[in-house]
Amino acid sequence: MKRSEEGEEEREEGGEEREEGGEEREKRNMNIKMDLISEDKVNSMGSMEKIRFVLDGVKSGNIVVLEGGLTSEEQMKLIELAMLEVDEDFTGIEMSGYPSKKGFFNLRKKTRLTVVGPAKTMHTIKKGKDWISAVISEI
Amino acid sequence: MVRRRRTSGILAWLLEALFFKKRSVKIGIYGPPNAGKTTLTNRIIHTFADEEEDVGTASEIPHETRRAVRRGGILIDLKQNLKQFQRTNFNSNPQPLSDPTRNGDPTRNPSTNPSTNPSTNPSTTNAKSGRKGRAKLKLDVVDTPGLATKIDFHDFLAYGLREEEATKQRAKEATEGVIEAIKWLDDIDGVILLMDATQDPYTQTNVVIIGNMEARGIPVVIAANKIDLSSAAPQKIKKAFPQHFVIPISALTGENMPEFYAAMVRRFR
Repeated sequence: MKRSEEGEEEREEGGEEREEGGEEREKRNMNIKMDLISEDKVNSMGSMEKIRFVLDGVKSGNIVVLEGGLTSEEQMKLIELAMLEVDEDFTGIEMSGYPSKKGFFNLRKKTRLTVVGPAKTMHTIKKGKDWISAVISEI
Repeated sequence: MVRRRRTSGILAWLLEALFFKKRSVKIGIYGPPNAGKTTLTNRIIHTFADEEEDVGTASEIPHETRRAVRRGGILIDLKQNLKQFQRTNFNSNPQPLSDPTRNGDPTRNPSTNPSTNPSTNPSTTNAKSGRKGRAKLKLDVVDTPGLATKIDFHDFLAYGLREEEATKQRAKEATEGVIEAIKWLDDIDGVILLMDATQDPYTQTNVVIIGNMEARGIPVVIAANKIDLSSAAPQKIKKAFPQHFVIPISALTGENMPEFYAAMVRRFR
C-alpha cells in the first residue's frame, strides 16, 4: 500500500516534470510565420489592398516580405493606418526597405524590397542602401 | 515648391505691392521623436518674431509634442536680422526657462558660450554668412509631432511616468499626433527634416519622409541637429542623402544657424 502511494507520488512528480518539459518544448516550438510575397502578387493588388494585406498579416504576428516593395506614399499610408490600430497588444510596426531606385530615363522610381513586421517581434539593427540587418524574436 | 516669377523694374514692383500680396510659405518641421523639432521652432521664432514666445516645451520624453502647432507671420530677412542672429543665437536658449531638462545659462555650457567656443563666435561664422544673404522669406512654421512607426505605452514608464492610465492616454495622443503630422504633409510647401546627428540616419521614417517629399515635389532641407554633442556625425547624414541640402546645426546652442537660415531662404523662396 505504502509502496503504491510512493509510486503514485513518483508518477505525479514525473508528470509535473513532463508538463514543464512540454511547456519548454512548446516555447521552443513557437514559430514565427513569414509571408514572402512575389512581385507579381504585389503588382496585382491596388495600393489600399496591398496596405490592408500587409497590416492584416502583421497584426496576426507575421513578418511580411514584399518583393518589389511599397512606394514611399504607400509606406506613409501604412504608418498612418498602423497608428489607428495601436493598442496594448499591437504597438505598431517595424518596417525596413531598400530606398527606391530611379527607373527608365529617371522618370519612374522603381521600388525594391520591403519587410514589415510587428514592432514587438521585429527589430531592425542596421540598414544601408542595399542591405538590412534585423532580428526577429519571440514575444 | 513655391517658385515666384522674379520681377524687376518699378512698374512690376508697384503692381506686386498694390495687387499681389506675397504669400507666406508653410514650412513643416518633421523628424523622429526627440530630434529637437520644438527646440528648432522656438529658436526660429525667437530669432525672427518674438524672443519671449515658445510654441511648445521641449522634453527628453518622446512624443512631448502631440499636436501640430503653426506659427505664422515670420519674416526671415538675412540682412536685417544679422544683429538678431548675434543676439538670439548666443545669448538665449530656445528652451523655456521653466524647463528643468535644459540649461538656460550659456556661461555654464561651453558650447553655448561664444567666448569659449570659437566655432560659435559671432565675429567669425555668423557675421560672415549673415552678410552673404540678402534675400527675404515670409513663412509660417509648423512644429509637428515626431513621426514613428511604433508607440508602446510601456516606454513612457522608463521616463518616470508612473500611472498606467496616464501613459496609455499619452500613447493614444502620440498615435493621433503621428497621424496629424502625416495629414499636414498635404498642406505644406516645404519641409525641414530634422535628424539627430548622433543617431543612424537610415531609419525608415527618414527614408519615407524624403521619399514622399520627392514624390510630391516638395523641397526639403535636412538639418543634422545636435552637433554640439561629441558623438554627432553629420557627415553620415550627408553621405546617406547626397541629393539634398544637409546643414549641420545645433538648435540648442545656435551653432551654424545662419547657414541654416540661408539654406532655408535659398530652398523655399
